[in-house]
Amino acid sequence: MKEKMSIMDRIAESNKSVTTGIDEKDIKYWVTIYIMGKAYKVPAGLTIMQSMEFAGYRFVRSAGCRAGFCGACATVYRKAGDYKLQTAMACQTRVEEGMYLVQIPFAPAEKATYDINKEKYNIGVLFKHYPELARCVACNTCTKSCPQELEVMDYIQDAIKGDFKAVAEESFDCIQCGLCAIRCPAELVQYHIAQLARRMYGHYECHEPEHLKIRLKEIEKGKYKEDWNKLIKATIKELEKFYADREREPD
Amino acid sequence: MSEIKFIGGYPEYMRKLINIVNRTRIKRKNYDPPAMSKEERKEVLNLHPDYAHGGKRKISIGQNKGDMGPNEVVDLLEAYPLIEEREIDLSQIDYDVDILIIGGGLAGTTAAIWANDQGVPSDKILLTNKLRHGDSNSMMAEGGTQAADRPNDSPLIHFLDAMGGGHFANKPDVVKGLVEDAPLIMHWLLELGAIIDREENGDFTEKWGGGTCRKRMHACRDYTGLEELRVIRDEFRNRKIFCLEYYPAIELLIDGEGRAAGAVLWNCETGDYKIVRAKATILATGGFGRLHIRGFPTTNHYGATCDGVVLAYRAGAKLRDVDTVQYHPTGSAYPQQIIGLLLTEKLRSMGAQPVNKDGEAFVFPLEPRDVEASAFIRECYVREKGVTTPTGMRGIWLDTPLIEIKNGEGTIDNAFPGMRRMFNRVDIDIRKDPVLVFPTLHYQNGGVETDPEGKTDVQGLFVAGEVSGGVHGKNRLMGNSTLDCMVYGRRSGIYAAKYAKTVKGRGKLSLEHMKKYVNMLKKAGIKPERRAPILLPEYRGKAILARMIDIF
Repeated sequence: MKEKMSIMDRIAESNKSVTTGIDEKDIKYWVTIYIMGKAYKVPAGLTIMQSMEFAGYRFVRSAGCRAGFCGACATVYRKAGDYKLQTAMACQTRVEEGMYLVQIPFAPAEKATYDINKEKYNIGVLFKHYPELARCVACNTCTKSCPQELEVMDYIQDAIKGDFKAVAEESFDCIQCGLCAIRCPAELVQYHIAQLARRMYGHYECHEPEHLKIRLKEIEKGKYKEDWNKLIKATIKELEKFYADREREPD
Repeated sequence: MSEIKFIGGYPEYMRKLINIVNRTRIKRKNYDPPAMSKEERKEVLNLHPDYAHGGKRKISIGQNKGDMGPNEVVDLLEAYPLIEEREIDLSQIDYDVDILIIGGGLAGTTAAIWANDQGVPSDKILLTNKLRHGDSNSMMAEGGTQAADRPNDSPLIHFLDAMGGGHFANKPDVVKGLVEDAPLIMHWLLELGAIIDREENGDFTEKWGGGTCRKRMHACRDYTGLEELRVIRDEFRNRKIFCLEYYPAIELLIDGEGRAAGAVLWNCETGDYKIVRAKATILATGGFGRLHIRGFPTTNHYGATCDGVVLAYRAGAKLRDVDTVQYHPTGSAYPQQIIGLLLTEKLRSMGAQPVNKDGEAFVFPLEPRDVEASAFIRECYVREKGVTTPTGMRGIWLDTPLIEIKNGEGTIDNAFPGMRRMFNRVDIDIRKDPVLVFPTLHYQNGGVETDPEGKTDVQGLFVAGEVSGGVHGKNRLMGNSTLDCMVYGRRSGIYAAKYAKTVKGRGKLSLEHMKKYVNMLKKAGIKPERRAPILLPEYRGKAILARMIDIF
């Protein structure tokens, strides 16, 4: 049978565990997990997200990029015999025997409203919009809950000191999943605070490079107008020639 | 009923295969197979999913009747709507706005802000999302954004790069818009407070992208799309622009004069529908990676299901260049949680070598993307020298440890921090062990035909981003997609706002176009077996699906 299949069909066949859902007969190794208390036997080696799908769940919420960038699939779980409540992105975490889990499809959190052009670039802006910042007890729960393994508490402490640059750098890889805010005993919304701090830093401290200013002026003054008229009217043959004649800038 | 034993992220049998790769590494250090001749390339390309027989067919109805498209896309164009006209009460309008934007990635969110800047009040703009606001391919863009803003560069050179990359099938006036606005977009991002990589002296750090002749790739670490979109979304939220989540559009609405006039939205959670009346409608629904064309894994997000193309086509819009699909040679093939995800080309340009099951280098590492991908397919499926994963996927090794052997210790940590994090999560140390790769479906090159203002040939219907066709021709260059989203998001927002101000008489809302389309389907003898848009892919287990019964 397999000999008769085209290569494309064979590729499709071998990829089907990620393209069409999993067939039980292809699975050798199994684990048992508990999705909101119900036990399911699922293939070992799958992510939490894939194993929930295998078990019959179809995501409407709690699934986004499926690649660890968007923060839509925040999940909390415990492992059998372990007191510790753990956090994870369901699309990035492998299931383990005895894991019991629930997804957090939505994190209720207040975001401040501001006009970035009108704010003053000083420590006051963070406390004005997020006065609860002062309530941080430095317990480090946020850091422990971060699936990106960011030093969340450290950047919150930097925010308290008004060090925008440090907040920007430490929080840069934040995917805004909300797990830190859900776990914080002081009820901070760390990722919104970091967002404001990063925009303030970007807006007030990262100035426009000269080369960009010059280019914008050139375009505004119509420097390229004549050349454009030529290029836009060029035939494909002419374009092909221009393209072939491009010189590559040296490495 | 036991678990697989893992050693350093790999099951035992794969670990044994890695030992073979380890043994041949030093021999391969200074040896790459030669680049293929023209004839060899031509032959191996027959294995490429875009060229291999049987992947495409002619569209049988509508504006593009007779044009070729991937089967999976034509299936959706030749599918029946999700609703029937009699089910929908168009007399009760739930949201009456000036501008409806469908899709809240980088393109849609940008459009909303610029429409607002044109004086459209924030409660007269509605941005609707199928998933959460921001869950999109934009969010995952790692590489960067192109903008010709250095002295030795110009929009004209950028133009030539993009046209050549697209095999000159692009619409020149649309490409002109793309490249000419690029510096303006960089300026706008800075104003909003986005943090873009800099040199010591404050200049932008600008890097190479495949197919460009100048360094013009702007990045935000390897989280470019994430930074751009979260800043723009934050601005959107500050403006209190009206936003719905988990409300995909399932059909466009047309008014009595044939103009686009809003959409029918569907609440994913409760199942009820909402009617939006709008003077202008902007489609920014993204691409089609989750159709898994030809059974390939994808780099795309969960909602990339071709919805916008389906809706626009039914409303009478013209498509272009939907026949070409961009595959990236090095998608991750192991482990399961990262299958299909992108492993940047930069790995190979810095020395990582493709290696087969027997530890042999079998292809020049930097062939053009389509040739490289085809060679991987040949190794796995013709020569049978691929590695099979526990879930049955095949792939070849990308020998990342060579990067440090060739460039020195610490190179991987400095040059690929994002990649390190990704593999660390699955206990794989890419400094010490190779990674398994296979080609992955990356981008919808074409779509709904656009013009320099984001207009389609349906009056009142605008498009921006991956859903549109004409910007990238038959092949998009790296760094031009996030740029496309912001340039044409901005332009469609501005021109939709201008257009909306000219709309005076409001015709009666109708689904007449849908009725007509259904008649065309019937006439063409297409049976009502498929319905579209599909909204989300289906990944549930086969055994469970077979035992599901519909009660509620």
